Amino acid sequence: MRRSMLFLPGNTPNIIVNGEILGADSVILDLEDAVAPAEKDSARILVRNALKYMGFGKCEVIVRINSIDTPEWKKDLDTIIPQKPGMIMPPKVSCADDVKQIDAYITELEEKLGLENNSVGLIPLIETALGIENAFQIASASKRVRAIFLGGEDLTADLRCKRTKEGNEIHYARCRMVCAARAANVDVYDTPFTDVNDDEGLYTDAQYAKSLGFTGKAAISPRHVKGINEVFSPTKQDIDYAYEVMETIRFAKEQGKGAVALRGKMIDAPIVMRAEQTIAMAEALGMGRSV
Amino acid sequence: MEKVIIHYATAGTLESSDAFVTVEPHDDNGLEIAIDSVVQNQFGEQIYKAVQEVLDEQGIVSARVSVVDRGALDCVIRARVETAVLRGKGDME
Amino acid sequence: MMGKKLVKSIREAIILSGLKDGMSVSFHHHLRNGDYTLNMVMDEIADMGIKNLTLNASSLFDTHASLEKHIRSGVIRKINTNYMSAGLGHRISEGLMEEPVDFRTHGGRPRDISLGITPIDVAFIAAPAADCAGNCSGKYGPSACGSLGYAFPDAMYAQKVIVITDCLMPYPLKGWSIPEIYVDYVVTVDAIGNPQGIVSGTTRITRDPVGLLMAETAVKVIQHSGLLKDGFSFQTGAGGASLAAARFLMDLMLKDNIKGSFASGGITGYLVDMLEKGCFESLMDVQCFDLKAVESIRKNPAHQEISAMQYASPAAKSAVVDQLDVVILGATEVDTEFNVNVHTDSNGRIMGGSGGHSDTAAGAKLSMIIAPLFRARLPIVTDRVSCISTPGRDIDVLVTQRGVAVNPKNEELILRLKDAGLPVMDIRELKQIAENITGIPNKHVHSGRPVANVIYRDGTQIDTIYSMI
Repeated sequence: MRRSMLFLPGNTPNIIVNGEILGADSVILDLEDAVAPAEKDSARILVRNALKYMGFGKCEVIVRINSIDTPEWKKDLDTIIPQKPGMIMPPKVSCADDVKQIDAYITELEEKLGLENNSVGLIPLIETALGIENAFQIASASKRVRAIFLGGEDLTADLRCKRTKEGNEIHYARCRMVCAARAANVDVYDTPFTDVNDDEGLYTDAQYAKSLGFTGKAAISPRHVKGINEVFSPTKQDIDYAYEVMETIRFAKEQGKGAVALRGKMIDAPIVMRAEQTIAMAEALGMGRSV
Repeated sequence: MEKVIIHYATAGTLESSDAFVTVEPHDDNGLEIAIDSVVQNQFGEQIYKAVQEVLDEQGIVSARVSVVDRGALDCVIRARVETAVLRGKGDME
Repeated sequence: MMGKKLVKSIREAIILSGLKDGMSVSFHHHLRNGDYTLNMVMDEIADMGIKNLTLNASSLFDTHASLEKHIRSGVIRKINTNYMSAGLGHRISEGLMEEPVDFRTHGGRPRDISLGITPIDVAFIAAPAADCAGNCSGKYGPSACGSLGYAFPDAMYAQKVIVITDCLMPYPLKGWSIPEIYVDYVVTVDAIGNPQGIVSGTTRITRDPVGLLMAETAVKVIQHSGLLKDGFSFQTGAGGASLAAARFLMDLMLKDNIKGSFASGGITGYLVDMLEKGCFESLMDVQCFDLKAVESIRKNPAHQEISAMQYASPAAKSAVVDQLDVVILGATEVDTEFNVNVHTDSNGRIMGGSGGHSDTAAGAKLSMIIAPLFRARLPIVTDRVSCISTPGRDIDVLVTQRGVAVNPKNEELILRLKDAGLPVMDIRELKQIAENITGIPNKHVHSGRPVANVIYRDGTQIDTIYSMI
């Protein structure tokens, strides 16, 4: 379960050491934008050691590498892959070939290191106009792709428009991303909300992303983690309803009935599927059913 | 293969929980390690050991190494020493 | 006859007071690191050739580090204080004084003054506003500091009392807090302190995510302690996480419509906000920490000045700390018996003191320590603190960013917090978690002679601080 992904600068030890306790389901140790060009080597080694020696508890660790148009990305993978990170986030992915190129290199490393094939997942960061138009191809380019992630800041620069709090300028991109991800059967993550001091704005933005179908949202500040988790967790009502659906289905099966209705609404396959997802998530969160 | 530090290099910062490492060529061929740590009394020996181990791993046989430690964890000190060494090392002549 | 108290200079006041070799002088610390008075007076005394004095100061800050020269020259032979910042503290730890410093608490100091255990010959009171008869107040003037709480025992029990002010007002001063009946002499000077060092403009809530996380947990502990209901009383320090906790507590009290009784101790703008929003009926203020608090105590009758005796003295017939429900405190170290050190750093060097730590911990129903599990690489939880400032029996709970440890004596609290789903664990487990991250630190071993005695609020000595060699 991954609702929130929190970016942590890869060359800052005092932030990384407390990364796991900030409430995020995943932390993204960043080797790209948060690291000055002259410190790429330093950050890479620090992140490798963090993976090697620090436990991150229940928190998933994702490493954002440098983009494939730089000489850094292979060095990043050379250094990081031996530590068996769960997930690699390549930035500025614009087409399926980008993914395949990274996939091939990781496969090469996995074989060389004797690691299980496809054990390292990918979350391509899509942040160009071309990437958005190719979102489905990217999402289905490799078995490694577990999710796709929308980067609104670079995208708006590419679109030559201004990034606003309301986000009308990325509305199309958001919808396209969700549709592509769902079509490819992978998760989809929304761009971070960038005003660190606007808690209410974050909440509204996250609610909106959820309403469009996003799985979760990234954060650049620990302050946003709680709001994101709250928005992307099932509510008490969701959970209760999901249990009711499952019970009704069980009851119907016992009775040998095909079609059943709950509170006047037909229970069909999509409703059952959603109920199953809700219950799985509630269990993962330790949220019980109200008594 | 035995390596030496051939030019001055640094890594890390002086921020809390980090360490600032300097490596320089050693004129008399040998290892000289100086550690200045805010947790000298509590972790001095562990820090020395970590530095020594990284130098060994990198095959460094000659260098002056200075570590100014601001309470960095061992894995951070190791990373900073390794970075400084990679920036400053070369083959022995 | 009015007016005869007003003398021309500090030196004249000292001569008239009859100060002699071997006597005791006292100072209060409301001007904090902006104080000029203590240095001014001690320089004058040194210049007059008086020696072997006992200095009784409620607290000493870095600005007072120049006392070193008066100690070396024999002007000051002995120091009694409740807090000493690192500037002078490190010198003391190096063995600067022959006689150990006696550390007391903010309640223990007035107790021992009132019982004659630490008699004061001449008290010097830095007064932001005073009249010619010595009525004085901290609420007005260019060096306004708000409450003068800690100066009350000095005024009431010293043989001679000298008021030093940079703002002489016509008699009678309106809104005086220390009355003329105690005052022998009044002196005016250009400035008693530097306003920038006296109170901070605004004390800001921490942005450190670890501090905010601890503050959030602290408020959950309060929420589920069973104490947060109408009539609730509260004290907290001015540290970043403590202030954040005060702010989160305010949000909770407003949301749940809880009408508390009072908040006490050192007062910040955050507690003033809580008073103004109706979270508390009143503030019991022994010291102001920021401009907002100073303005509030001047204008709002519900914001009341209290003396050090009323705040915390075990010799008083009753004291505010004994009415407290919850206090939030800090620590440099906590041991597995819940003993707390706020006197020394991890190398055993003096850098603080109890202040009101042990007084409030003894009085409050719930005494909570907020501290990160490790600072840089130093774990907070140890087998034995380098110095016991507050005994573990008075501490109920330790809140860190990775878990909450409850003193096993408080079984009810353990159950309540577990029921609420808080991450309650054994304090040894917390120690283990920290050491897994930092490594196991070498034990601190002292090798020198005693440089300070730590005297608990009841007058008994609970620990000794040794010199560093």
